[in-house]
Amino acid sequence: MAPILEISDLSVAYRSDSGDVHAVEHVSLSLNAGEVVGLCGESGSGKSTLAYGAMRLLRPPALITSGSVRYSGRRITHGGEPVDILSMSQRELHRIRWRETAIVFQSAMNALNPVLRVQDQLLDAIQAHLKLPRHEARDKAATLLDLVGIPRDRLRAYPHELSGGMRQRVMIAMALAADPEVVIMDEPTTALDVVVQRDILSQIVELKDRLGFSVLFITHDLSLLLELADRIAVMYAGRLMETGSSQELMREPAHPYTRGLLNSFPALHGAKRELTGIPGVPPDLRDITPGCPFIPRCRYATGACSAVDMSLAPVAGTPAQAAHLTACPIVTPEVTKEASQEEVAS
Amino acid sequence: MKSSVFAGAANIWRNLPLKAKIGVGLFGFFVLAAIIGPQVQPYDPGAQTPLTMAAPSVQHWFGTTQTGQDILSQVLTGIRLTLELALLVGVIVTVVSVLIGVTSAFLGGIWDDVLSLITNVFLVIPALPLLIVLLGYLSQQGQTPTIVVLSLLGWPWGARVIRAQTLTIRGRDFIAASRETGEKTWRIILFEIIPNEVSLIAASFVNTVLYAIGASVALAFVGLTNVNSWSLGTILFWAQTDSALLAGAWWWFVPAGLAVALIGTSLVLLNSGIDELGSPRLRATRGTAKVAGHKIWPTDPTPVLAQLQAQRGPLGSFLHSFSRRSLLEGTSAGGEL
Repeated sequence: MAPILEISDLSVAYRSDSGDVHAVEHVSLSLNAGEVVGLCGESGSGKSTLAYGAMRLLRPPALITSGSVRYSGRRITHGGEPVDILSMSQRELHRIRWRETAIVFQSAMNALNPVLRVQDQLLDAIQAHLKLPRHEARDKAATLLDLVGIPRDRLRAYPHELSGGMRQRVMIAMALAADPEVVIMDEPTTALDVVVQRDILSQIVELKDRLGFSVLFITHDLSLLLELADRIAVMYAGRLMETGSSQELMREPAHPYTRGLLNSFPALHGAKRELTGIPGVPPDLRDITPGCPFIPRCRYATGACSAVDMSLAPVAGTPAQAAHLTACPIVTPEVTKEASQEEVAS
Repeated sequence: MKSSVFAGAANIWRNLPLKAKIGVGLFGFFVLAAIIGPQVQPYDPGAQTPLTMAAPSVQHWFGTTQTGQDILSQVLTGIRLTLELALLVGVIVTVVSVLIGVTSAFLGGIWDDVLSLITNVFLVIPALPLLIVLLGYLSQQGQTPTIVVLSLLGWPWGARVIRAQTLTIRGRDFIAASRETGEKTWRIILFEIIPNEVSLIAASFVNTVLYAIGASVALAFVGLTNVNSWSLGTILFWAQTDSALLAGAWWWFVPAGLAVALIGTSLVLLNSGIDELGSPRLRATRGTAKVAGHKIWPTDPTPVLAQLQAQRGPLGSFLHSFSRRSLLEGTSAGGEL
């Protein structure tokens, strides 16, 4: 199956007086139709920059220095060649934004205009991208609220009259206004408590199944992705460390960084175990050292690590066509198994 | 220490937009003329000679007046007087408006009510009639009355704008945070609030200077000042009284008029540079714009390096090859750029 959105070799840098910050370095990531791909990493690992850069939403001093983002939504390509978002003009971008690729922004509080009613903001989004008569647009706004489970009479409410969860739902409704094929969600549930979070996530999955869009879900919460996403990409210091299906990642994390992330939160089921976390801090993205950026924090680091070219390759022991890829050729499942056995022994 | 100050200044200069550079250069020229003018003027501006209404020549670059006075010397003295007046008014007005604006907004309550009332009262005083009436009485005492009256009528505008801006800044979280950490009120005002208003204050200063030049020249032109001193306005006053225009003596009023126009232009150009100095975000944007070779608006899609290189025409790439700052040096992606 051809991916609907294919990011390849994307690099984004922020210019600054003290050197350019290489926030995303040669990242390739694809999103298949109807799939939920989770993108996770620490704060500042470049996950939002990757998604916004691919959509050309970053403001200067951001600069895309390499790569391509091919989009093959059926309404745009009509089954033909995919289009490259990075070579689009502003007008072409305006045509695909929202109608083809929509975004749910990080903080719903800031993304909603406090002086406009929910209805007016939904209508704005609808009318900017769809040519609908006024009363149809109104109906559409009401249906959108139904979709995310907010009573219709809340249409006339102002954002401050809604709870955080409802505001986030309004944002999701707004993203779905023009029936997009790809929805990018940037930490849509970070500010919410776990109960509401759970609620919204299951709603997203349900909507996805019903409407058939694909989701790129950005979060720093790996545990959440293990449940929600079909595939997960783990990012660190602007580079992809590991991609694979949720099951693969949960059962057999290949990259030491992923292992570190998985050891940072408790499992709900199974035996109790020590939470270890990852010692150290992420590197400065202004000067890039050769090889793996995780070396200083990695317990398996060897001299060979600084020669690693950070391209993704199938995990050792899995078939070559498998989708479980890692950027670390040094640490194979055997190595980690030995290490954990030593731990148990000591 | 000293060299770092110079480096900082050089950095600021390099990052200024072209408009502001022209403005700084032009304004600097006039300030220089004001400082050394009276020393380098070839004649006493008031001295009368038999050579009357002479066109520009080697002896008198800007020609002479009806009574044979050298116009170049008059203009050089005039620039000093006019700039002196305008800058003084600018400083007084800015200080007063910042003081009153920030105080009334930050202290609030009764202070705000009283200061706002005073501001509003001064705002509704009809400026022109008052100026004419006051200066009609006081005009023979040099520039001081003009400075006082212009300052008195100039501050309420700035005070209101700054009060409004302070009100919005005062409500933001970082002010609440600094109050919470126990910062003193004067420190919050000086180090938290004022830096956020630098571009506003500077713009208000520049605008006031502009207003003072315009008003003082206009008042002098109608004779409401000491017409025996030489300012740009009084030169125009005498040119008008002695009907230079009728006599076709363009050299009498063109230099002074041009000086007023150019000082005004330089101030307007300066104003456009101040905005960027006050905002780090705008400065950062300029870095990318330099790579692109054209302005990039915040609403534009994220620029793509390959496109920028392709858009740059042959001339653009040629010029860019001399550019000192090479972007993304040493990355596999950046290459030459």
